[in-house]
Amino acid sequence: MAAQRPMTITEKILAAHAGVPWVEPGQLVEVRVDFLMANDITAPLAIRAFREMGATRVFDPERVAIVLSHFAPSKDIRSADQCKVAREFAREQGLVHYYEMGEGIEHALLPDRGLVLPGELVLGADSHTCTYGAVGCFSTGVGSTDLAYAMATGETWLKVPETLKFVYYNRLQPWVTGKDLILYTIGRISCDGATYKAMEFTGEALADLSMDGRLAMANMAIEAGGKNGIFNPDQRTLDYVAQRAQRPFSPVWSDPDAEYAEVYEFDAAQIEPQVALPWSPDNVRPLSQVERVPIDQVFIGSCTNGRLDDLRTAARILRGRRVHPEVRAIVIPASRDIYLQALKEGLIEIFMAAGCVVSASTCGPCLGGHMGVLGKGERCVSTSNRNFVGRMGHPESESYLANPAVAAASAVAGRLCHPEELGIRYEEVAGVA
Amino acid sequence: MGRVWKYGDDVNTDVIIPARYLFTTDPAELAAHCMEDLDPSFAANVRPGDVIVAGRNFGCGSSREHAPVAIRAAGVACVIAASFARIFYRNAINVGLPILECPEAVAALENGEEVEVDVAAGTIRRVATGETFQAAPFPPFMQEILRCGGLVEYARRKLAAAAAGGTGGTEGAR
Repeated sequence: MAAQRPMTITEKILAAHAGVPWVEPGQLVEVRVDFLMANDITAPLAIRAFREMGATRVFDPERVAIVLSHFAPSKDIRSADQCKVAREFAREQGLVHYYEMGEGIEHALLPDRGLVLPGELVLGADSHTCTYGAVGCFSTGVGSTDLAYAMATGETWLKVPETLKFVYYNRLQPWVTGKDLILYTIGRISCDGATYKAMEFTGEALADLSMDGRLAMANMAIEAGGKNGIFNPDQRTLDYVAQRAQRPFSPVWSDPDAEYAEVYEFDAAQIEPQVALPWSPDNVRPLSQVERVPIDQVFIGSCTNGRLDDLRTAARILRGRRVHPEVRAIVIPASRDIYLQALKEGLIEIFMAAGCVVSASTCGPCLGGHMGVLGKGERCVSTSNRNFVGRMGHPESESYLANPAVAAASAVAGRLCHPEELGIRYEEVAGVA
Repeated sequence: MGRVWKYGDDVNTDVIIPARYLFTTDPAELAAHCMEDLDPSFAANVRPGDVIVAGRNFGCGSSREHAPVAIRAAGVACVIAASFARIFYRNAINVGLPILECPEAVAALENGEEVEVDVAAGTIRRVATGETFQAAPFPPFMQEILRCGGLVEYARRKLAAAAAGGTGGTEGAR
């Protein structure tokens, strides 16, 4: 056998799960999986495929989660029937991690509950499963049939990806969040810049970033086509998982001499809040260069930016202010736990007093499902992850992707807006995130 | 033989099948709305055997398998693209929607013209001129899944073998 090669964190996790000492990019490996997830849209197809495969039992009822979050609470009879299919399967299989409507959006819920852990290999039937790379695991989105196969066998096959390394040096500027770093990155490499590749995020600027900020970054790796987005665990990661982990786990880290297909170095000090204009997450401009277009709706939520940090930031902007009379503002905490904490901190009261609609956890508005669908020609500033044609409603509607501070300021101004245009100094909101 | 429906780069899963129709998994119903937000004329006019020809990053976005299911159920014989998004690529193989990666064919072929596609050989023939294009072959592992007619049948055989042979299940998949 050839000598072990230095490996990236992604390669190490794949090698460990393939039961081999090392792997290299391009290699096809059969790997065991640590955890699987499907939601109310993807589970029904997966369940059908599972049965057609002749499978009767999931490989481990403690390692398969079903989360109802997309069309739940159900918006109509047919989506209720979809949820019912998922619910009945969860009961039949005795799934330990079945989460009913309102419990949370999958990608907020699973990391917070310690179900996806450093060094693990996780598949989800949802493209934003890459979110969990924030805790140092390999996680990637798959289709329903792939998920069914893994549910039946506890395994899947993967091609070992090349890794792109993104180094963010220097310190973050005021108002700049994980969301801005990832939008900036996608704008630089385009929405197929990382196709078939792993995206590894490093650099001193990220050391300052909260877990919520890192989750937002990893979440959008798929918008550059990335197979996964991943952070090497640091003390902050280990502290986060130590309070939550529901299983023993073994973190791994990239070797210092690991090989990368490409290394991108970005000066964080040069990055300002970013906006993705319609109709692609790679149509990115610095906010200072974006026309202050009037808007009809603001959405603060989603698996990208519905976390506590995001709500705290938005609340600091909205406290004592009112949403513009011609704007609808929707705030959706990404899980019940986040909602409860936001209640305790008085954030929900701030949102309600400002005139926002606050909803139980759902993915609804992000994908034009329910709770905030856009009409013809309407324009929304959204903290979510995609602004494709028709993503949030009518094909002639428009979504602008931005961080929660920009979204909240825009809700007040009735147009795209930087918080400082409202006279808000960063020091007033700093220290919350 | 089929007609070319030509589209540009970054055709995403939201325009292939918008989320507002994801309350069903019925292929025929999904097909009725296929490509609706990009080309409202598609679903009504596509004929069995037609091919979609598109630029880079076809199928980017959501993991929704409803997208390749909708295209297949619409009667499309093959999607030829300069490149595919990763999850869509896997999903297409898994549900038995033939796809070919061939930038040369994409550059040459025009909307509405007729082509003949041999998916197994990876060849695309332009009927008007006889010109042919060769797509990159599938990796051997994927050919094996395709030989089984998709991942469901591949898995069915593997699970059956495991049940019959006790511990030999994993080996059968290699």
